[in-house]
Amino acid sequence: MHASETIAHGLEGDDSRALPAPFAAGTAGAAVAPMRVTAHIHGWLLLLPAAVLLVIFTHYPAVATIIDSLFSTPRGHRSAAFVGLDNYQAMLEDPVFWRALGNNIAYAASVIPLTIALALTMAVWVNGKIAGRPFLRLAFFAPTVLPMIAVANIWLFFYSPGYGLFDQMLGVFGIATHNWLGDEHTALACLIAVAVWKDAGFFMIFYLAALQQMSPQLAEAAAIEGASRWYFFRRVTFPLLMPTTLFVLVNAIINSFRLIDHIVVMTQGGPANTTALLLFYIYEVGFKFWDTAYAATLTVVLLALLAFLALGQFLILDRRIHYQ
Amino acid sequence: MSELQDSGRARCLASPASGAGWGGGIETAGAWLLALLWMLPLAYALWAAIHPSAYSAHFVLNAPLTPENFVKAWNAAPFARYFVNTFLLVTMILAAQLVLCTLAAYAFARFAFVGREIAFILVLLQLMIMPDVLIVENYRTMSAFGIVDTIPAIGLPYMASAFGIFLLRQTFKGVPRELDEAARVEGASPLQVLLKVYVPLAKPVYIAYGLVSVSYHWNNFLWPLIVTDSVSTRPLTVGLQIFASTDQGIDWSVITAATLMTSAPLLIAFLLFQRQFVQSFMRAGIR
Repeated sequence: MHASETIAHGLEGDDSRALPAPFAAGTAGAAVAPMRVTAHIHGWLLLLPAAVLLVIFTHYPAVATIIDSLFSTPRGHRSAAFVGLDNYQAMLEDPVFWRALGNNIAYAASVIPLTIALALTMAVWVNGKIAGRPFLRLAFFAPTVLPMIAVANIWLFFYSPGYGLFDQMLGVFGIATHNWLGDEHTALACLIAVAVWKDAGFFMIFYLAALQQMSPQLAEAAAIEGASRWYFFRRVTFPLLMPTTLFVLVNAIINSFRLIDHIVVMTQGGPANTTALLLFYIYEVGFKFWDTAYAATLTVVLLALLAFLALGQFLILDRRIHYQ
Repeated sequence: MSELQDSGRARCLASPASGAGWGGGIETAGAWLLALLWMLPLAYALWAAIHPSAYSAHFVLNAPLTPENFVKAWNAAPFARYFVNTFLLVTMILAAQLVLCTLAAYAFARFAFVGREIAFILVLLQLMIMPDVLIVENYRTMSAFGIVDTIPAIGLPYMASAFGIFLLRQTFKGVPRELDEAARVEGASPLQVLLKVYVPLAKPVYIAYGLVSVSYHWNNFLWPLIVTDSVSTRPLTVGLQIFASTDQGIDWSVITAATLMTSAPLLIAFLLFQRQFVQSFMRAGIR
């Protein structure tokens, strides 16, 4: 059972099941009625513990973020005052916000295609009878198990100027040493490499699962027709993998906005904010400058982006995808 | 049949071995090159950690091996305490998740209560609006509760996991109703039915979810960094970061040793139970 398909089917299944329920209740005889009442009570009682925590730590904070973004940050004796859209005005005039948003988009636009292309390539490789397949799977998947914080520390060492492996390897080709993380032009690319390295193997397993479910007859038929492997991949394998690609895509986008551990470790958003991503900027504003109202305003943007993504996923993309 | 399947798939999807010849050789080489490249950072970290710091960026075959870096790292920071904290944290989160998600999933799967559809959508909302981005407000809530800098404060936002509820609901829906009804006819209460019928049948899903949850929270960093402020609450990830960023005279060997040490339990578990790990991540992939 594949995760993306489970989600899609789950939602569809839910829609189809939503209809009969009221009908069943309406047509049920009087004898069944008491049973229904207990079903309501039992249902809610079972849900209650999870619902309480979800409300306190997901729904309330989401709403409170929006409310707080309309107030000023309480400081010292001054309590929070309603300021309307002033925070948003300030945000639109804040070059660091635009920088962080731009960085985040550039970061996502680089990490996501690279990760997906690599994940797919890896999956196709380790799905076949390639020499040393167990080692290849292990090598590709291992970074997934490591904490991002550990990965970032290792790569920090990797990138260290003159001394790190990166410079040493390039030194063989006569390329001068370089402060990779300290240079505005290379810092973000260095972080992109880390994210791709960390996630490609993770997404590989979803493609691998999907490939293993594909009917081998397709490949046989194509082989008989004399289709080249690339043609077969482009016209058959790739389209059939679309649900997986959608699932991977959504998760990759979420990860690119959610995971900033490597930035905290490697660059702290520097040099000159060239590696500040949106969530990192929120963290900085909220917990270093303690400007909570402005941090809430920035969070609203992030939540809006995620909501837009969710909507897009369910309303547009889902319909164009071929489900097996 | 499976022979046939394998050879068919092998020929057309991936295998260079069966007749693709020259192009296949290039692909195998490419795959190996990428795999070696992928292992490089880890191999490099391992090299630095088990050799004296003089050899940390100096690769000679006769470099002496030493456990010294691990000893230094272990003694330089309260890693034992951090291990205990992380262990408590992941256990607490997993235990709470298992209970809460099981109950909620059971409600969604088998009880027709008012507002079920809306409640389910409200639960799924957490898949998009995850606790990781609500750090500012959740910190405020923890302050209001007076539990900042406690281990439960790290875990609370993650305990009612939408993904866990979703995953178990799917699993419970797949349980034949006849089993449920048979147990009820014998006089079992809803909770007994849950424990005797549903939970045992969902065991593989529990294992998969548990593995993913433990690795996620073992590795989680930003929220614990924000909400903890003392040795007695900090998990390993935060402890490692504080250790690595305070002035160690940039002794990379010691830092990489500490890094490997904190990742070791998961890494070793992964090497031992590779298949289960991969299958669990496939099954319960998101979080």
